[in-house]
Amino acid sequence: MSFLNFLVSGLSLGSIYAIIALGYTMVYGIAKMLNFAHGDVIMVGGYICFFATQRFGLPAIIGVLISMAFCTLLGIIIERLAYKPLRSAPSLAVLITAIGVSYFLQNAAQLLWTSNPKVFESVVGSDNVKVGELTISYVTLLTIIVCLVIMVALTLFVNKTKMGKAMRAVSEDKGAAQLMGIDVNTTISITFAIGSGLAAIAGVLLCSAYPTLMPTTGSMPGIKAFTAAVFGGIGSIPGAFLGGILLGIIENLAKAYISTQLSDAIVFAVLIIVLLVKPAGLLGKATREKV
Amino acid sequence: MKKLTNLTKTQKSNALTYLVVCVAFVIMFALQKTGGLSSKMSGMLVPICAYIAMALSLNLTVGIIGELSLGHAGFMSVGAFVGTTAILIMQFNGVESPVVRLVVGIIIAAIATALVGFLIGIPVLRLKGDYLAIVTLAFAEIIKSLFQNMYLGIDENGLQFSMVDNTVNLSENGRIIIEGAMGIRSITKISNFFIGFLLVIVCLTVIFNLVSSRSGRAIMAIRDNRIAAESVGIPIFKYKIIGFTISAAMAGAAGCLFAQNYSSCVASKFNIDCSILILVFVVLGKQGNMLGSIIAAAALTILPEVLRSFADYRMLLYAIILIVVMLAGNNAKFKAFFNEKVFGKIKKSKKEVIANE
Repeated sequence: MSFLNFLVSGLSLGSIYAIIALGYTMVYGIAKMLNFAHGDVIMVGGYICFFATQRFGLPAIIGVLISMAFCTLLGIIIERLAYKPLRSAPSLAVLITAIGVSYFLQNAAQLLWTSNPKVFESVVGSDNVKVGELTISYVTLLTIIVCLVIMVALTLFVNKTKMGKAMRAVSEDKGAAQLMGIDVNTTISITFAIGSGLAAIAGVLLCSAYPTLMPTTGSMPGIKAFTAAVFGGIGSIPGAFLGGILLGIIENLAKAYISTQLSDAIVFAVLIIVLLVKPAGLLGKATREKV
Repeated sequence: MKKLTNLTKTQKSNALTYLVVCVAFVIMFALQKTGGLSSKMSGMLVPICAYIAMALSLNLTVGIIGELSLGHAGFMSVGAFVGTTAILIMQFNGVESPVVRLVVGIIIAAIATALVGFLIGIPVLRLKGDYLAIVTLAFAEIIKSLFQNMYLGIDENGLQFSMVDNTVNLSENGRIIIEGAMGIRSITKISNFFIGFLLVIVCLTVIFNLVSSRSGRAIMAIRDNRIAAESVGIPIFKYKIIGFTISAAMAGAAGCLFAQNYSSCVASKFNIDCSILILVFVVLGKQGNMLGSIIAAAALTILPEVLRSFADYRMLLYAIILIVVMLAGNNAKFKAFFNEKVFGKIKKSKKEVIANE
């Protein structure tokens, strides 16, 4: 395998991280909470698509849509039941609740669907395209394209629409936004809905690229994507995108050229070094403390 | 009697903490000796002690220093591996007494982990808030990966070490200590409940003395208002690193004790779930409250066992209990509901206090 091949597969892995990281970063930007359950929503998305396409024989695109709808709903329900009552609670309490939700989803999945790994068939088949010496699978291509589309759509949504403006306002100052007539609760719910919908897409893409599906499938990519979001500067949408892509590429190149077993360690070491040089992440805004 | 009434509020609550721990130990010890405990329960006594020590250690970081650590399992892992290695080397060199091996092992583990904590603290404590939390998580993952790829053996020529691929070549009498992803195998279980109890008492003493010392006051001043503390001339970094190093040392000691209760020790056991489990103990027991951590650690370690009759549903129930407890403790509506319906009229006065908050 050539360097270019590693780069492309890194780009694909990075795109998945980026989609997950976008969900993390949006929720963090607006609700100022680390949504630890995000990784498990990915897993739920994967399962829903698995059942829709492989058990009920629906076409892949319908499966993805059902999975997105389900996860969006799930995101809203989680937000309403678990996080909304804690709006004014200390952040550590919210963090522990998110961890509780994560345990809940994992164990509910284990009860419903058992812990036996399921083999997920890729939504676009396992064919390849050849570009010169480069062999790119359809999944890789699809992942990169989907990630770019999502990134562009999200940027437009946040910068151009009224809802996006409301989101930016809420993330800047909740109190002031409320005084301007913005419905803060609805805005936060919509953020959760978008984040969870993205998680469903990430789940389908993740399982298409790495076809084992288990109740714990989402937790490690979740943590990596969270790292990616911090890497790029948590709260920043382009930051999450950049962080995700870079993390995927670094991980894949480390696997190829240094050591497969130590690739995780290398990824985290890079994160630490970046945070030491830029304490608010690559694209994060360094905030001055006011006395 | 006169002396008792002269104690300050802190001294009284510290005394209560010691008392609860000692009474619990005496009861459990008596039950264990008279056979009043099931073998399952008596097997859990040492892990409970280790978890309590871990919770105390993390409470020092989260409650006293005021920084969130998501990587405490990393320190536990360092303690477990270094301590167990030291114990196995002692065993290889013919140190007979298990108690000596255990105590020396725990001390070595604490020193080694303190050193690691100090080195990690230098970059980590320069960051703030969530960034600090993610970096502790990153360090724990790095530690886990390193131990998973480490090979260490001992024979008459001394220690042999290799990374990534197993190139350790031992003579016939040699013993492989750390075997990559399989970790340390065939450990002689030498932990005992009394040493566990002693460890908890030592941790408590260290924390209480630290908190009431000059350094402790400085650390808490930084926690409450960093800028104000800095402006009265407290060197922030120095005091934070003192606290962090002590916290790491305790976690290391707890890790060593924990490892001696099982026949094998693998690095993947000390993952993020383990860090989070301990964080849950601290938050449920209330940050900064040592007795709370002790009770939460003991109760939550036993809880999944008690729920065993629900078999498949126990972890689900555990998750639900966690969410409900957090909601009940932090939401005004839930709080009012619990105060009215559950505790009735006894707490009427307390309700007013909550309303005033």
